[in-house]
Amino acid sequence: MRVPLSWLKDFAPFNDDVTLLTDTLNDLGLVVEGVEKLGEGLEDVVVATVLEIHPIKGADKIRRVLVDTGSGSQEVVCGAWNFETGDVVPLAKVGARLPGGFEISSRKLKGVVSNGMLCSGKELGLSEDASGIMVLSKDSTARESRMVPGTPLREALGIEKDVVFDISVDVNRPDALSISGIARDLAAKLHLPFTLEFPQLHESLPSSIELTTLDLQAPDLCDRILTKVLIGVRVAPSPQWMARRLLLAGMRPINNVVDVSNYVMLELGQPTHPYDLDLLGGGGLQVRRAHPGEKLRTLDGVERTLGRVDHPRLGEKPESRVVDDCVIADATGRVVGIGGLMGGADTEISPSTSRVLIEAAHFAPMAIARTAKRLGLRTEASVRFERGCDPEGIDRAVARFCSLLASISGPELVIAAGVVERRSRPLEPTVLSLRPARVNAILGTSLTSVDMASLLEPIGFQVSEADGDGQLQVTVPTFRPDCTREIDVIEEIARHLGYENIQRTRPVPKSSIGRISSYQRERRKAREVLSGLGASEAWTSSFLAPEDHLAVGLEKDAVRVSNPMTRDESVLRMSLLPGLLRALRYNLTRRLGSIRLFEVGNVFFPAPDGSIPLEREQLAALFSKDGDGARAAVEATLVLIEALGLEGVSLVADQLPGMHPTRGARIVDARGARLGVVGEVDPMVLSRFDMPIKERRIGFFEVDLAALLSTERRTRLAREVSRFPSTDIDLAFVVNEDIPAATVGAVLRREAGELLESIELFDVYRGVGIRPGSRSLTFRLRFAANDRTLTDSEVAALRQRLIAKTEAEVGAQLRS
Amino acid sequence: MIMENSTVERSRGKDGLLDELSQVEEEASRAIARATSSKALAEAATLVLGKRSALSAIHREVASLEPEERKEVGQRLNEVRERLDELVTQKREVLSAREREEQIEAERMDLTEITPSLLRGHLHLVTLTQMELEDVFVGMGYQVAEGPEVETDWYNFEALNMPPDHPARGMWDTFYLDAGEPESVLLRTHTSPVQIRLMLEGRLPIYAVAPGKCYRRDTADARHIPVFHQIEGLVVDEGITFGDLAGTIETFTTAYFGPQIHSRLRPSYFPFTEPSAEFEITCTICTGRGCRTCSDTGWVELGGCGMVDPAVFSAVGIDSERWSGFAFGFGIERCAQMRHQIADLRALIENDIRFLEQF
Repeated sequence: MRVPLSWLKDFAPFNDDVTLLTDTLNDLGLVVEGVEKLGEGLEDVVVATVLEIHPIKGADKIRRVLVDTGSGSQEVVCGAWNFETGDVVPLAKVGARLPGGFEISSRKLKGVVSNGMLCSGKELGLSEDASGIMVLSKDSTARESRMVPGTPLREALGIEKDVVFDISVDVNRPDALSISGIARDLAAKLHLPFTLEFPQLHESLPSSIELTTLDLQAPDLCDRILTKVLIGVRVAPSPQWMARRLLLAGMRPINNVVDVSNYVMLELGQPTHPYDLDLLGGGGLQVRRAHPGEKLRTLDGVERTLGRVDHPRLGEKPESRVVDDCVIADATGRVVGIGGLMGGADTEISPSTSRVLIEAAHFAPMAIARTAKRLGLRTEASVRFERGCDPEGIDRAVARFCSLLASISGPELVIAAGVVERRSRPLEPTVLSLRPARVNAILGTSLTSVDMASLLEPIGFQVSEADGDGQLQVTVPTFRPDCTREIDVIEEIARHLGYENIQRTRPVPKSSIGRISSYQRERRKAREVLSGLGASEAWTSSFLAPEDHLAVGLEKDAVRVSNPMTRDESVLRMSLLPGLLRALRYNLTRRLGSIRLFEVGNVFFPAPDGSIPLEREQLAALFSKDGDGARAAVEATLVLIEALGLEGVSLVADQLPGMHPTRGARIVDARGARLGVVGEVDPMVLSRFDMPIKERRIGFFEVDLAALLSTERRTRLAREVSRFPSTDIDLAFVVNEDIPAATVGAVLRREAGELLESIELFDVYRGVGIRPGSRSLTFRLRFAANDRTLTDSEVAALRQRLIAKTEAEVGAQLRS
Repeated sequence: MIMENSTVERSRGKDGLLDELSQVEEEASRAIARATSSKALAEAATLVLGKRSALSAIHREVASLEPEERKEVGQRLNEVRERLDELVTQKREVLSAREREEQIEAERMDLTEITPSLLRGHLHLVTLTQMELEDVFVGMGYQVAEGPEVETDWYNFEALNMPPDHPARGMWDTFYLDAGEPESVLLRTHTSPVQIRLMLEGRLPIYAVAPGKCYRRDTADARHIPVFHQIEGLVVDEGITFGDLAGTIETFTTAYFGPQIHSRLRPSYFPFTEPSAEFEITCTICTGRGCRTCSDTGWVELGGCGMVDPAVFSAVGIDSERWSGFAFGFGIERCAQMRHQIADLRALIENDIRFLEQF
């Protein structure tokens, strides 16, 4: 909302201290987003006429210009070429300080002294045009008297000094969508008197009720409507002062009738709509529901369909989407306006209009909001109706319209006596109980009832003491429909008391301590482990294109976004792999591909019954350093498992979506339940993602973090370390390729029993001496007892058992 | 020299032995001096002092002398042995010192030639910021709560005092999902639904923060990204006041941003809090003196807060006459942006390793 200071001053004697006003507005929650100071810096800019233009020797960009300043001629040097002799231009005199702060001094350019500067619109802060000098008039002979050389520019252009505050108004402050409402709040905070008079009208017969009819058929959509007739209207441009105020407030002047309607809306917050009475069939109005499919061409020239949704959802019949739109129709039933949004083009005020029907109404906020949203049509009026206008402010708006139009019209204008009014229910003012103790309990203050009343009354609340119990009865002004509860009144007290005047304290929990959960702690640990392994954390989008899932072999349906920004972001990810591959490609194309990346983030799956999608947090890592591949991914997985102290987690070879068919494994818990995948990304997937480097192998793992962290943990009890010498048994077995090393290891581990200190697969060999289809696996098992040194015969027996069991169970052969 | 002679030659007599001792001493001294390595020295030492040395042979002969002579020769023998021992020791020190020096020189390394083969990875700036914020609040006695990113309309809007068609819903552009009734399932637009979940759990009092990802249908630009992180705070206890809210915000601000950074509250509107406020902090760029970032006001906006609205308490079944509370929320990216002066927030989602590795 753009608010000129001069307009605010119509209602209270504000001074010109812009900083104080800005701070006060901010403290009231009327956030000032910008302050424009108009006419400042133009004090020493005058109108001048160009007398002569001469080139300057040795300069091809600047010229010597002789101007008539009204008090003699003066020479200036100018770099603009868009003017000629006889043009009227603005001259900033030596010593002038322009709006941007630029100070004009006498300067010598190419040997010519420049005494001042001819200015562009931008330099003067009057327009965005910086392309040349602002030419005020092309013809100095036929010039208007205001363009006499030497006239101050401000005077010549009718620029008054003013300040415009650009205020952002929160949705709970409908009263602040008006100049008077802002003035009321501001005056109260600054302890200044606020006056808003009810206009007195000189009315004549016939009365409005004889000239027009009014029928309220939709009382649930519109609970009050008022019309009044003006005769002898002459449609003409508005006077300068009104056009200027509208422009400052951000509205374009159109003609006196429309401008007065807009002016009243800006001033009082109540939209009104003027109709050409002679264009209304039957000379009157109806308020009713739109017939489904009814059409209206609105003032903006767009034809709009009402009472029905134009684009029903797939599979629905159009008739099934009938909606409630409130329309204004003429007495014959022809629709002439969308209630609260915009009037129709056919009945708009035109130069030939002479009888005006002014209409003001109070519409149901929710209904306006729905219609505005569906039509994609937000107007100055709809914004105000949506948030809640003053149902009792209608009378004032109509009266203000009439008095204002009369004040700028000739004596031919006649205001028909009285109004035509329809209302669906009598207005009962909201009266709330306010408990002073509750106010202090919520705010942490110690205000008295008197303090509270003195904060509320200046903003229109009436406060009285109820009988004896200390409670206050607060009558809410009708322009504050947002205040419906005690807490709303408490907020008003806090706002006018000033948040900065409330003593700051800090509550400390008495019965709990602060901590992160064990899940959160372990998730931090997982992140630290991966970064310790050289992986940096990425953050990729939760949104993917549907093809991204297919590209990594995920064929299930993903969760679809109903209103995606783009098709490429139209589904929710089911895996972190596509996003990480994208991130890798981004870096590869910048020659930064030797990296490791990881991400912690949610993935999403449709619910089997189509209801709320399922989501879970996953951890994934991509290994793309030189030499990385499946090995790096598996090593990282094992380090992670070890760091988290997980027990019974193992790898099971498998063909998995997106993974290299012979270099992938499921990560499973002790019961075989899947926790995630690990291995190498399928080269075919890499080519689908256009990876610029062909030879690179990419290791990858992805785990369900919650499942991983809920697996069993190894004991946290300390294990005593043996003080006796340990003994190693090295065993090399030839094992078929289809038997995983982990299986052999598991047999050895089990048979080794409690004396086993450690087991390590320290050599894998394929080649000469080993039959094809198998490889040699060499394990080193280290044994020690806590109470003795193992004897040779004990060790020999162990060795025999290990060999026998392994040979028997996995068909391994001891390599001799 | 007959050094390898193992048989005892008799009757050389005292003088003969003394002569021989002198001769042995001289020869042995030369042998020790000739050694050029520790190994050669050890061999020489064995030769001159070992069991098979001439010295040992003389020692055996001494036994056959008369007591008088035995004493004299014995004394001389000990002198010679001690002197040779001493020579060996000295020579050994010299040699080992030299050998160590040679070895050390041979092993010389330029340690600045070394670059790490495995650099540490880096946590994402948003993660680091979030963890630090969590830690500040944990220090103030808060728990850290989390909630789903997919929410229903009820949790995201309705329970937060925004019934369907409420004008305030326009404050958030929402992504809806194809699930259930149209526009009933969505990606949360703020972390506030976690408040609702916490309060529905019903374990009062509550002192919690809830960090997490949020989604808004905004076109990405330097100051907005459609997916971003918020941290939400919720306190519900008996006797919680607006003054408590203001004091808590101030404590957090100084703890996280530093002692010279303060906070102030300005009236604002949120459907789920009343009274509501926007909170601003001292501009971290100019520490309040005024600069371009803060439009010369000395303050920058950080987030929103307020007292939990009674309508929200009523939606979750908490008695607002007995319990009161406050909530606040702000952007994690915004904190990171202010502290690290990030010109364009999109850098956070590009995953350029050169950006990630700075933190």
